[in-house]
Formats: sequence, C-alpha cells, structure tokens
Amino acid sequence: MELKAARERIGRRRWRPWHFVLFAFTALVLLFLMAPLVVVFPISLSSSSYLQFPPPGWSLRWYQQFFNDSTWIDATVRSIKVAAATTVLATVMGTALSFSLVRGRYPGKEFFNQVSMMPLIIPTIIYSIAVYGWFGQLKLIGLWQGIVLGHTVLAIPYVVIIMAAALRTFDIAQEHAAMSLGASRARAIWYVTLPQIRPSLISAAFLAFISSFDELVVAMFLGGSNMTLPKKMFDNIINEIDPTIAAVSVMQVVLVTVVLIVVSKLGSGAVPAER
Amino acid sequence: MSTPTTIPIERPTSLPGGRLWRRHRDALSSLAVAGPALLFLLVFYLIPVVMLLAQSVEGEALVHYRKALTDGLYVRVLLDTLLIAAWVSLLCLVLAYPVAYTLSILPPTWSAVGIAFILLPFWTSVLVRTYGWMVLLGRNGLINRMLTDLGWIDAPLPLLNNMIGVLIGMTHVLLPYMVFPLYAVMRRIDPNLLAAARGLGASGWHVFLRVYLPLTLPGVLAGTTLVFVLAIGFFITPALLGGGKVHMMAVLIEQQVRMFLNWGFAAALSAVLLGATLLTYVGLRRLLRGNMQWS
Repeated sequence: MELKAARERIGRRRWRPWHFVLFAFTALVLLFLMAPLVVVFPISLSSSSYLQFPPPGWSLRWYQQFFNDSTWIDATVRSIKVAAATTVLATVMGTALSFSLVRGRYPGKEFFNQVSMMPLIIPTIIYSIAVYGWFGQLKLIGLWQGIVLGHTVLAIPYVVIIMAAALRTFDIAQEHAAMSLGASRARAIWYVTLPQIRPSLISAAFLAFISSFDELVVAMFLGGSNMTLPKKMFDNIINEIDPTIAAVSVMQVVLVTVVLIVVSKLGSGAVPAER
Repeated sequence: MSTPTTIPIERPTSLPGGRLWRRHRDALSSLAVAGPALLFLLVFYLIPVVMLLAQSVEGEALVHYRKALTDGLYVRVLLDTLLIAAWVSLLCLVLAYPVAYTLSILPPTWSAVGIAFILLPFWTSVLVRTYGWMVLLGRNGLINRMLTDLGWIDAPLPLLNNMIGVLIGMTHVLLPYMVFPLYAVMRRIDPNLLAAARGLGASGWHVFLRVYLPLTLPGVLAGTTLVFVLAIGFFITPALLGGGKVHMMAVLIEQQVRMFLNWGFAAALSAVLLGATLLTYVGLRRLLRGNMQWS
C-alpha cells in the first residue's frame, strides 16, 4: 500500500529529457517485437508467388489456397484436436497436483515440485528424441494420441505454476467454512474453491492449449506422416516459400489477439509479470 | 438422532486401519491427489529421458562422450551454442532493461499498452515469427528493399542464412522472457529508496549504480539465466534462419537421430546439453539464495 502511495507521488513528477530518450528506445524495441507479425499481412494479400516488396498486386488467393487444400485443413483440425485433449489432461492433472504441492505435508514434496517443473527447463529437443525412442517401443508413433501424451508432459508445468500461485493466495478459511456447514471436502472444493480461482483456471487452460497448438519439435518426431499445423508450416517454410504460410500466419496472429483480449477479460495470470 | 455427517472432520475410529488413516490422512490424501500427474510424468517423462541417457554410455570406454567432447567438429558446435546463447542473453538484457524500466515508471494505462505489445508476439507461434523475419531480412525482403531504394546500399546485405539472422530471430523470441522478470522486480522497488539516496546527495548516475541496479539484480540474474537456458536448447530459429551454416546443439542432435540413427551419440550430445542447462540453472539458484531472498 505504501508502495502504491509512493508510486503515485512519484507518478506526478516532471518528465525530464532523458525520459524521452528512454521512451523512444522503448518504442523502437516494441517496433522490433511487432515488425515480423505486421509484415506478414501485406505478403498474405500479395498476388505474387514470390516474396516481393512491395507486392505487385493484391489478392486473396493464398487464403483460398489454405481453405481448398485438404492437407492444410487436416493439419489444422489435427492440431486443434491434439491441443484440446492436451488442455483437458494437463489442466485436470496439473490442478490436482497443485492442490497437493501447495497444501500437502509429506516427505518428497520438494522433489515432486522439481520433477513437475523439469519439462520447462530441460531442452525440448532432448525430450523429443527421448519420447520418440520410448514411443517407438510402445508402437505409439504416428498416432495423434501419442502427440497428446507428449504435449501434456510439456503443458503440466504451466498449469502447476499458475494454479499453485492461485492456491497460495486463496484463503482456505472459506473452504473450512463450507465444510463446517456440512459440505464434504470434495463439494467444498468444487462449489467454493474452484469458482473463486476460475480466472487462473482459464489462464492455465489457455496456456496449455496454446503450448500444444504451437509445439513443433515433439509433434515432428511423434507425428510420423500425420502432420500437425506447425509441422506443415515448418515444411512449407523450408521447402518453398509460398505465401500460403503468410495467410496462415495472419490468421494465427488475429486469433492470438482475440484470445488474449478474451483471456484478459476472463482470466488472470496469463501475464507472467503479474505473478 | 444426531447426524454425524455434519462434522466431516471426524471419522469413526473403529474402521479397519482407521488409526493409520487418521494419523496420516492429510499426507495420504494429498499424495493420492498428486498421484495421476506424478505417475504420468514418471511414465511419459522420466522413464524415456533416463532410457535415452542410458544409451549414451553404451559401447566401450564412453566412446560417444569421447567423440562429443574431443572431436574438433563437435566441440566447436558446443562452443558455438554457448557463445550464441551468451550473445543472445546480452542482447536481450541490453534491450529489455530500459524497456522494463520504462514500463515500470509509465502510468498504468500506458504500461498496459506496452505489455500488450510484448505479450502479442510472446503468444504468437515461433514459426510465424521466424517466417516474418525471413520476409524482413531476405535478399528481396523489406529491409534490403528499403535500403536499396534509399540508395544506401548497392547489393542486398546478407542478413539471412547466417549468424546475424539467427541472433536477430533468437533475440526476438527470447526478449519477453527477459522483460517480464525485470519488470516484476522493478515494479516492486520502493521509490522512497531512490528518493532517500538522492536526498543524501547522490547524483542520478550514482543512484542508479549503487541503489537501483543492485535492487534489480535478482531480475537480471533470473532473466539472463532463463534466456541462456532456453537459448542453448533452441531448434526452430537456427534451423530456419541459419541456412545450414549456423550449427547449434539441438540441430545437431536432431540430425544424429533423424538422418544417421546414431542414438548413442545423440544421447551423449543430449547429456552434454542437459549438463550445461542444469549447471546454469543450479548456479542461478545458488546465487539467488545466497545473495537475497527472492523466488
């Protein structure tokens, strides 16, 4: 609170010339961050098959190409399916694990916490070839369910980070109050705790979904000939630079913008800085 | 007639095993709740990773490790990877520090706008962003086109398929990972401390060096480590923007498995990469725990 008051007092200060140098620098960095996202818009509307600036003419042919090509549509549908299944598995298991890690008192808890964070720290390429070898033995290569299992491992840490933070700030007395009024622990959690941490739950689910939907390396190894959207995009970029990828990129940028707006209304904690 | 269910905390002690259950109920039920996720991570994470690493010691006298750590070609890839990761960390720090500071002093509405401009690329697929850089940096890309039209250059600059392209692309992807920890730390700094230092006669530069910078050090360390650890495992950006000329560990590991089916060697390379990652990570935790209470 004192911090806030102090900040408000400082907030009324006079801006000095070096502040404007700082603002200009920040604007340039933000431009650097946005530039590759913005530049795909004109390319996606170009009439040329080659990468060319400025585009010689305008057309919607690359969008038509995407919607008329069944391999693009199949890859997109497969990616949505994988991401949806990953979201359900990772959110359910990750949330349960968070309850245990925050509230439980048992030996080995710190070790379990470390294990659940490991997929974030260990490079994905190592996990990819490890799970590729393992699923080769289990005959799970080329199945979308196999990709779901791999992606769930990668999504669990995100869910645990967000849900553990939410549970640490949740006042457990509310749950105890419900239980003293006759609710079982399960009912108290379902009707009292979960509704209150719903914003975090939404953020966690969103993170799990997008981490799977964008994931390339694990899907590349486990997918076999069943391509996910990122794999199809990767191949498209490597083989021929055909602006269909620009149309796909534009659609993804628009989708992320919309989802970010929705989540910022419904969820919290999707902003790492707000931890 | 009383209804015992109204007090769920109490349980009949006469149940078989009731005593054990009562004494360890919380620990046991907590473990049971964690069970599915832990079992899942065991079967689909720990087992495959351990099995992979076990393959690295196959063959005589650690032959795969000897090759990975003595053959000039592979040693260079390892050193290049560490060097690129160090450069990217430095670039990210230099770009992110002023940005995070600006965001922390701006009025809330403006800093929210700034953060939105960082979050949007952060959540956009790395493939989309990498493709965007190919459009910008290519021979006929936007930057070369503009520079030629302005008459500043005669021939297109080689910005793609080399180290420059990889550094730009990786810095772009990893920059938010540096901004967020810095911003989180800077927002929590009490402005009164800076005012006090100024009131005691310190110059602006002194206040920064002696007060502000040390206070932000945990954020600097956290961000740098995060960026470094993520950078040494990078695959997509060097594979697409490096044009086969920039060799990094992750690309090398992928090739060993996909093209040569050389599992033992790929496993040894993985172990080396893993070792470098964990050393960095553990080093940071030490440093942070020793210096200041920050988590």
